[in-house]
Amino acid sequence: MARVLVGVKRVIDYAVKIRVKPDKSGVVTEGVKHSMNPFDEIAVEEAVKMKEKKLATEVVAVSCGPSQAQETLRTALAMGADRAIHVEVPAGDYETLQPIHISKILAKIAQDEKVDIVILGKQAIDDDSNQTAQMTAGVLDWPQATFASKVEKKDSELHVTREIDGGLENIKVKLPAVLSADLRLNEPRYATLPNIMKAKKKPLKKVTPKDLGVDISPRIQVISVEDPPVRQAGSIVPDVDTLVSKLKEKGHC
Amino acid sequence: MYAIRLVNKINLKPTEAVRLRLVDVAPRCISTTIPCGANKGDKLNKPAPKSQSFVMNMFRGQVQASQVFPYPKVLNEEQVDTLQMLVDPTTKFFEEVNNPLKNDQLEKVEEASLAGLWELGAFGLQVPQDLGGLGLNNTQYARLVEIVGANDLGVGITLGAHQSIGFKGILLFGTPEQKAKYLPRVSAEKQFAAFCLTEPSSGSDAGSIKSRAVLSPDGKHYILNGSKIWISNGGLAEIMTVFAQTPVKDEKTGEVKDKVTAFIVERSFGGVTNGPPEKKMGIKCSNTTEVYYEDVKIPIENVLGGVGNGFKVAMNILNNGRFGMAAAMSGTMRSVTRKAVDFATNRLQFGNKIDSYGAIQEKIARMSTLQYVTESIAYMISGNMDSGSQDYHLEAAISKVFASECAWYVTDEAIQIMGGMGFMRDTGLERVMRDLRIFRIFEGTNDILRLFVALTGIQFAGAHLKELQRAFKNPTANLGLLLGEIRKRAIASVGLDSGPDMTQYVHPELKGCAESASKCVADFGRAIESALIKYNRKIVEEQFVLNRIANSSIDLYTMVVVLSRCTQSLNNKSSTANHEKLMTELWCNEASARIEKNLKALTSSVELGNFTKMSAISKNVCQNGALVQQNPLGF
Repeated sequence: MARVLVGVKRVIDYAVKIRVKPDKSGVVTEGVKHSMNPFDEIAVEEAVKMKEKKLATEVVAVSCGPSQAQETLRTALAMGADRAIHVEVPAGDYETLQPIHISKILAKIAQDEKVDIVILGKQAIDDDSNQTAQMTAGVLDWPQATFASKVEKKDSELHVTREIDGGLENIKVKLPAVLSADLRLNEPRYATLPNIMKAKKKPLKKVTPKDLGVDISPRIQVISVEDPPVRQAGSIVPDVDTLVSKLKEKGHC
Repeated sequence: MYAIRLVNKINLKPTEAVRLRLVDVAPRCISTTIPCGANKGDKLNKPAPKSQSFVMNMFRGQVQASQVFPYPKVLNEEQVDTLQMLVDPTTKFFEEVNNPLKNDQLEKVEEASLAGLWELGAFGLQVPQDLGGLGLNNTQYARLVEIVGANDLGVGITLGAHQSIGFKGILLFGTPEQKAKYLPRVSAEKQFAAFCLTEPSSGSDAGSIKSRAVLSPDGKHYILNGSKIWISNGGLAEIMTVFAQTPVKDEKTGEVKDKVTAFIVERSFGGVTNGPPEKKMGIKCSNTTEVYYEDVKIPIENVLGGVGNGFKVAMNILNNGRFGMAAAMSGTMRSVTRKAVDFATNRLQFGNKIDSYGAIQEKIARMSTLQYVTESIAYMISGNMDSGSQDYHLEAAISKVFASECAWYVTDEAIQIMGGMGFMRDTGLERVMRDLRIFRIFEGTNDILRLFVALTGIQFAGAHLKELQRAFKNPTANLGLLLGEIRKRAIASVGLDSGPDMTQYVHPELKGCAESASKCVADFGRAIESALIKYNRKIVEEQFVLNRIANSSIDLYTMVVVLSRCTQSLNNKSSTANHEKLMTELWCNEASARIEKNLKALTSSVELGNFTKMSAISKNVCQNGALVQQNPLGF
């Protein structure tokens, strides 16, 4: 039986239209709807399923960020996680927090909590880094099974199906291991209202990166965040000949 | 019927003889009337009833501010937190799982959706947590119902028939044993509930039901026989709140009379059957059937709220649930307006986006304002109820009337803005329009509720006039009261009455609106008094007059409600405060103009003449059995 750690990140909701701050230092987050990163929902679902199948004993959810991160942890608890750890990072520091920091934090917690499986979303939909799972495995020196679309536990091994270009790859990893969840791994459940009420009573522990001995000083500097270029309007050409000559002009034929 | 006696003539001042005819009212069983203790006995010495209700006191030309200012804020931090956590998954469920058009087409809620709603906990929002529900208060309930109203009114009825009326009686009047037995069944154990009152010959006049339950010879059961129609969830319900006549012996006279009693009836008692689902104009996915009771054996411990108290139980359940409709309609208006605005800001005609045209702007402004007013009422009432108010029945009735009419208007305008696109099924507005139609009819028709508001208010004002009249029998002991009244009338007689001051309660920027509301309160109180003097006992039959009084009371209450909410937003420097101020000013300006017009109609010979004309026209048509006029071609 295994203990599972899942990472959950609070991100701007997928349905929100993103706006860049006027000073180009980032995107507007204030007063904007946030929710759990969709890939992390899949990770939580997989962990909870493992517990339901009696493959896991306990599911621990962890999130890094300012106090609002607790909302996301409550959602994970409502979905079925047993307890939560909030790694408190003040809003100012959070802006420069990178996968390198998160992976060190997760690795330390994984060791402290004696977990056997770490499941993370393959990437967050805000920064699209797709690095945390890989780095966490690196820091821990555990095997990794990324972009998992199917996970089966056999004895002390996990049989993982990965979606790769042009097909599926089947791999085996020994526990302990780090997994990252891909889109088709499962369909995450809805947090039901009674479970949300129950989640309020589940334990939520707070720690700081300092408590964990992780240095979160920034390694990179954001120079500017820009909107994607606006698509140029097309123009109507009078006939085929003009079209061909225009295309030639631009080197298309 | 109402009996009104001429009690006295009072000379207030030599120059101003005011004849007070006092109303002595024994309320008839209009389906919305709360039988209130104040009517019983009607002894002259009994002090006039007190009420915290703004609307009630408005009928006396007075401002009772405790339930309107400041705007209620009843949720503590933890309750807000909980509610915020519930909003997202509920919204997500309705956006991603439930399919309103499919439900409408199938004329039932899709299996997966229905199962999901049970799983979600949506059927037991107000059942205490230890009995299997979520234990939400009225304000939290309102917020979630708003989401339902924004997405699927048919599902809203399935949910509402279950918890807003179906088992609400058990929550409100159930014994601890009844609660422990039944509340887990209607929440965690997923058994549907229904509210069974209406019968073929008994709609608005709920006191006239014919279903009857008599005690079995051994005294352990009531034997119920009868049938009900248009019962929401009638085909699904396992647990029903059923109203039936039972013989009750009057303690004093020894006379046995039939009185209405409420019962908790389980389908499993046997003898309970139902008809096929009715074909309806809207809310098609909700299940509506006839329900029949044939020698149903109900254990005597299943009497709900006491033998003979059924009418009170029924009215309290309905009154208690009405704010929920205002909340649902607020959600509906939000979502239909979003659709219309999305269209208006993208649709290009005559070289401009149509939202740049005044004709569209007026529509959008009115839609937005009506939603603001309705939503403000919904949460004001839920807030009052949550802080323990008992005096909210008129406000609740107004909320139902106002919300159902605004939602109809707003959806109609949304369709109009979208033109042909609005008429198409897939746009999703025509279904909303069909679904909305019933809201002006059920749970007390708007017409009956208007009469209820007007008559209850008038009765209250009448009782106070009577107190004044009594004071004249002992002028020295009641000098203060009399001098106050004399002063009030003297000021009014020279047209200086600006009404009871409300500017102290509102933000300084809304001073003008508050002043006009004050003036309306004074005018309204005077109009009620004049109507009492003029019509005497016949006021109950003057429905043309009562209708205008009701409309004025709705306009006046809504003015004060938005003044209160907008004041809160301005005080909190909310980011939308200025927008809210625009809507509040618009609403107050237009509502006070309507009040003036409606009150003038009560004394205008032209308008009164029109009432007579309308009555005559209607009589002619009814006598003829169809329209009287012929086609202009003569055939």
